[in-house]
Amino acid sequence: MEHLYEMLSKVDGYIYSNEIELHWGILIVLYPYITGLVAGAFILASLERVFKVKVLRPTYQLALLTALAFLIVAVMPLVSHLGKPFRFYEIMITPHFSSAMAIFGFVYLWYLMVVLLLEIWFDYRRDMVLWSKEKKGFKSRLYKILTLGVNDLSPKTVAWDDKLGYFITVIGIPSAFLLHGYVGFIFGSVKANPWWSTVLMPVIFLFSAMVSGIALVMFLYMAVSWIRKVKIDMPCLDEVGKYLFYVLVLDFTLESLDQIHRIYEAEESFEILDLLVNGKLNYTLFIFQGLLGTLIPLITLGIFRIYKPKPKIRKAFYLIISLLILMGIFFMRWNVVIGGQLFSKSFLGFTSFKLGLIGSEGFLMTIFWLVLPFLILAFILWLLPPWKKHEEEPAS
Amino acid sequence: MGSKRINNSRRSFIKKTAALTGTILASSSLKPFNAILFATEQSDESKPWYGIGIDIEKCIGCGNCAKACKEENNVPKEPFYFRNWVEQYTIKNDGEIVVESPNGGIDGFTQSVPDEEIFKTFFVPKMCNHCAKSPCTQVCPVGATFESPEGIALMDENYCIGCRYCIQACPYGCRYIHPDKGTADKCTLCYHRIKKGLKPACFEVCPTGARIFGDLNEKDGVMHNFLKNHNCMVLKPNLNTGSKLYYNGLSAEVR
Repeated sequence: MEHLYEMLSKVDGYIYSNEIELHWGILIVLYPYITGLVAGAFILASLERVFKVKVLRPTYQLALLTALAFLIVAVMPLVSHLGKPFRFYEIMITPHFSSAMAIFGFVYLWYLMVVLLLEIWFDYRRDMVLWSKEKKGFKSRLYKILTLGVNDLSPKTVAWDDKLGYFITVIGIPSAFLLHGYVGFIFGSVKANPWWSTVLMPVIFLFSAMVSGIALVMFLYMAVSWIRKVKIDMPCLDEVGKYLFYVLVLDFTLESLDQIHRIYEAEESFEILDLLVNGKLNYTLFIFQGLLGTLIPLITLGIFRIYKPKPKIRKAFYLIISLLILMGIFFMRWNVVIGGQLFSKSFLGFTSFKLGLIGSEGFLMTIFWLVLPFLILAFILWLLPPWKKHEEEPAS
Repeated sequence: MGSKRINNSRRSFIKKTAALTGTILASSSLKPFNAILFATEQSDESKPWYGIGIDIEKCIGCGNCAKACKEENNVPKEPFYFRNWVEQYTIKNDGEIVVESPNGGIDGFTQSVPDEEIFKTFFVPKMCNHCAKSPCTQVCPVGATFESPEGIALMDENYCIGCRYCIQACPYGCRYIHPDKGTADKCTLCYHRIKKGLKPACFEVCPTGARIFGDLNEKDGVMHNFLKNHNCMVLKPNLNTGSKLYYNGLSAEVR
């Protein structure tokens, strides 16, 4: 409780007596951040599959597997943040349907089990059957289990895999929209909090999710190619950059609209939010999210639409931009989640937030939750390498 | 002719009954989807439906209510957990609003603004508003927060998962996480006392009778008369929480 006494001395103005403790800390910043990466990566994958953007082919499986790796982790910070983590299942068995949070478990499971796992399974089934025959020992057995005993490799069955996979992706697009739009609704529907309560919140969350997910796949595609020492497919990377630019324009427009609307309406909460934005959120909003995370990538990608420098320079810029965007969106979530709790609901003062180093809500744990999906992804890429897929029909 | 008419009326009766039954069945199966329309049900007027009245003009800021609440309900003593607290509002001549509530008012108040700068000053006791459309009940993902038949917002600590969504949703800052239990905690309007016919602790100890509580359904009851004889206001009416905590003499600056 020491930290609360420290907080007490840092209170600025008047806050309600119970408001000293900031209730949703860094773990709840990670939650929309990671789910956003999932939704964004999946939508990039579906561009190739459903909208037939063939040039994106090299990123298709990578995007899907990235979505899976991050989705597995998405729920962990959330559960570990609960005051009673071992009661988390109550939300599934006795959901209270008037709560915006109640169906998260179902939305999550739907997305994991019905969309991602099924789509990946249909996409890899033929390869897993072939790999189970090619490999030996443990790995062979593992692939056998993963095929769930469906070993039929007849062209008809393989064609069905493709058809069903396509169908799942079609369902997956609205599901990805649902997953992240819904996360936005959890915040946007809190009428007590004027910083969150905007009807645009789900839409903003969705577009920022797409921005971050595409940037992540862009980064991973370059990183994985570098590790595997293979040449980066520049038309593909440029195409990813193109979509990133379009989505970033939309995201920037929506977020600006939200702020302009707030400023113009200048409701009861305006003064406190003005102080918040120009005070406690100054750096994270204007510098990290706005300038570094949005404007610089936007301008660079915009210039690339008109003028294309040499591939080497483009690659370097794509790398920097993807990292900047990933940081920018992280701070966007930060500004929403932490920012929304820094001011008092009395609109008369501020509390403060200090990120500790250790503990379940500390900096090191945050790094762990952010690194974990990459480790899971590394394992999945080892298990299901997209570059070892059998493109040709197997000789029977 | 007559039998035909009877047949007709019988037929239409059967039709109407079938339609009615169908509607009831259909609407009952749609019940879970009513979740989006929250708390639109009216209270049963034959049963008690508690409301609270606080007369700001009578409050002297002694802090007894906040103190008694902590004693009665085993609220942690640290100055971060309150079910009940008192705020001292001071409006300065230049319009600046100064609000203070050191340790929730338990240790009394001092005035930090010099007399000559004060336009007006008053105390505002705060507690759970026991809203009829309470946002905390609405957002609880497991239903650990619920409304008692008497209209009191209660918490089941054995069921709460500690997600803290209710704390975010309460516009009045009336909830906290109990440091030892890890679950949300709040004012119960001393449910254990009022069930025995006693007053809630904070009402019991108020030396000026600034606090009253009673059945809003009771005609000519205390609440009925309080609301009739005073121009009362609730906090943050724009949020439509259905607050049942009515203040007499509430100044526009109070939030």
